[in-house]
Amino acid sequence: MTRSHTIVALVEDRKGVLNRVVSLFRRRGFNIESLTVGRTDVPQISRMTIVIHGTDPIVEQLVKQLYKLIEVLKVSEVNVEESVVRELALIKVNATASTRSEIMQIVDIYRANIVDVTRDSVVIEVTGPQAKVDSLVSLLRGFGIKEVARTGHVAMIRGSMATARASTYFQESDWKNAAATQTTSDSY
Amino acid sequence: MTSRVSEVGGEKAGTRLSGSQIVCESLLRAGVDVLFGIPGGAAIPFYDVLLEYPFRHVLVRHEQAAAHAADGFGRATGRPGVCVATSGPGATNLVTGIATAFLDSSPMVIITAQVPTSYIGKDAFQEIDITGITLPITKHNYLVESVHEVGRVMKEAFHIAGTGRPGPVLVDLPKNVLTDHSIWDPVEPLKLLGYRPTLFGHRAQIRRAAQMINGARKPVIVAGRGVIISGASEQLLKLAETAHIPVATTLLGIGAFPETHDLSLGMLGMHGELSANRAISEADVLLALGMRYDDRATGKVSAFAPNAQIIHVDVDPAEIGKNVRVNIPIVGDVKNTLSVLINEISPADRSDWVAEIETWKTIPRNGQILNGSPTAEGVMTALRDVTKGQAMIVTDVGQNQMWAAKNYCYTRPNSFISSGGLGTMGFGLPAAIGVKIGCPDEDVWVISGDGGFQMNLQELSTIAQEKLELKIIILNNGYLGMVRQWQELFYHSRYSQTKITGPDYVKLAEAYGIPAYRVEKAEDVASTLEKVARTPGAVIAEFVIPPEANVFPMIPPGATIEDSLFEEEDE
Repeated sequence: MTRSHTIVALVEDRKGVLNRVVSLFRRRGFNIESLTVGRTDVPQISRMTIVIHGTDPIVEQLVKQLYKLIEVLKVSEVNVEESVVRELALIKVNATASTRSEIMQIVDIYRANIVDVTRDSVVIEVTGPQAKVDSLVSLLRGFGIKEVARTGHVAMIRGSMATARASTYFQESDWKNAAATQTTSDSY
Repeated sequence: MTSRVSEVGGEKAGTRLSGSQIVCESLLRAGVDVLFGIPGGAAIPFYDVLLEYPFRHVLVRHEQAAAHAADGFGRATGRPGVCVATSGPGATNLVTGIATAFLDSSPMVIITAQVPTSYIGKDAFQEIDITGITLPITKHNYLVESVHEVGRVMKEAFHIAGTGRPGPVLVDLPKNVLTDHSIWDPVEPLKLLGYRPTLFGHRAQIRRAAQMINGARKPVIVAGRGVIISGASEQLLKLAETAHIPVATTLLGIGAFPETHDLSLGMLGMHGELSANRAISEADVLLALGMRYDDRATGKVSAFAPNAQIIHVDVDPAEIGKNVRVNIPIVGDVKNTLSVLINEISPADRSDWVAEIETWKTIPRNGQILNGSPTAEGVMTALRDVTKGQAMIVTDVGQNQMWAAKNYCYTRPNSFISSGGLGTMGFGLPAAIGVKIGCPDEDVWVISGDGGFQMNLQELSTIAQEKLELKIIILNNGYLGMVRQWQELFYHSRYSQTKITGPDYVKLAEAYGIPAYRVEKAEDVASTLEKVARTPGAVIAEFVIPPEANVFPMIPPGATIEDSLFEEEDE
């Protein structure tokens, strides 16, 4: 049975890591639904959230293949029901004087924000689970969407347990010293 | 010269060295004594420094051969083989050899030069993204951007290449990194947070496996190359004898278990022994050791070992459950795992099972037809007699490989060296260069077809220059034989582009200063092989074999043992 799987990976923040991960997916025939990557509390470690479709055995194989990458430190599948899963979207919509207030009402209902206004458009910022963003996008379609930018999912398990704790891998003293000598940060 | 060697090759820790020197110091530290390679523009700074170091550098004639030779060295010795190439075409020529090593878990460190960092991304002369190209065919690779990283990267490269499941690691070194200077710190600790191979199998899993084996009526062991890599042949023999379990091997597992042993079933798979394949089909417990269930080994996966509970031991967790279901997975080094497992195994007598398998064994056709042309089987059995079964056999790929695998009766680990996973024609001759240099005291014989031989025959020049004692057999059938066999069996004998001519091999050898013999009669096979064995240095023997001989038995691709094809009976 194929279903959506959300995988969190901690990786060393080195050049080419993203390429290795993406190449692996391509090579083994996995289709990525979304992939996000960003820093953690430890400068040398980045966190990826990858959403893919597949059967359980195939995803298990994928996790094992990810572990074979030298820079991959930790891979865990997060159960979406037990986790906070969010994405952020920016939506640019046509908004004239006559439609702006209706749009603002919708934005309020979704607890989204208008972050930019011109005479004939607004940019809306919304965060939430994918379904919420989907539903806002479809409601706004009637006004004429100019652009949508979505980040894809980030996920974190609820409760006090940490499944992918970056500081396990580096002592604070380590990364403070390393950070002092690090010259480039944009290393993807 | 020697004084310079001791001067530079000695303790240089804490001193300022060029990137090239740090590479060489790292190689010394890693115990490397031989490199295979070809210089070129970006690599000149490295080759310049090389003059001051005590390495043996084998100048091959094409970089593909450098990679195959390093691979052969790695397989034969268990230590990473090292090859060197310049940027651009030098690096891309290595690719087939790197992929060959990757598929067969061969330890290898590849050093490529690169254009200076300031030119990277500018499509400079001989610039190519070799780390990008080799991403899916290396265990890991590096583009070194600063001379300060060279020491750490080299140390990591050897560690990664040689530990866990071995594999090729490529280090790409821009020209300015080779010429820049840094303080050489050989004791810098490894910081590989994401690389910790599991070498010891889980105790509880091993206990479960032992119970399953003890309770088995019809167990079979399948030994893969992991047994050879981990050096577990002794433990395997003890286990098989104690528990009275027959042992089949994969193609690359040949030699892991002595084929002269009563419990040996020989090779499994597409061209495997019928009895081995049948035993696996009937087995109630299958103990798979250091193997990865290649489709050439399993045939149709759903019909593989259909009655068996499967125990799978492998150092690479990703191999477990990848192709074939498994009941008891054990992640760990085969030797470590067997050493523990064996203590929990009860001695048993499974004579009924062994006897049942015995009835499935077919009489091997040695194919020797007196007064006719030599056959490949006849050449291999005669070679076994001449070398007393003690030589190291390096094969090419295709029919010659299968004939060599099935007709020599291997008794020692690593005595059969072949490209299994990638199936690289042209592998045999250059790989044998590395095997012979890695194991100078062994008799090394190359078994090649006429097709594969012509893919890398330029290396005869390297062999002559290095004065290597290699005995080279060409089984000449005037065809790309295995493809022709498939065309005959599965494509209605429509021979498309498989008929191939070749040079006069005796004259060719003469041009390289290598003695050679051409054998057209079966009765001359043994005496010629004797002569070849006695002649010092490299020798070539060409055997003109029947053009349309096939390798049998054969399970067609994706089929089961029930669909096996056999040789038609001669009158």
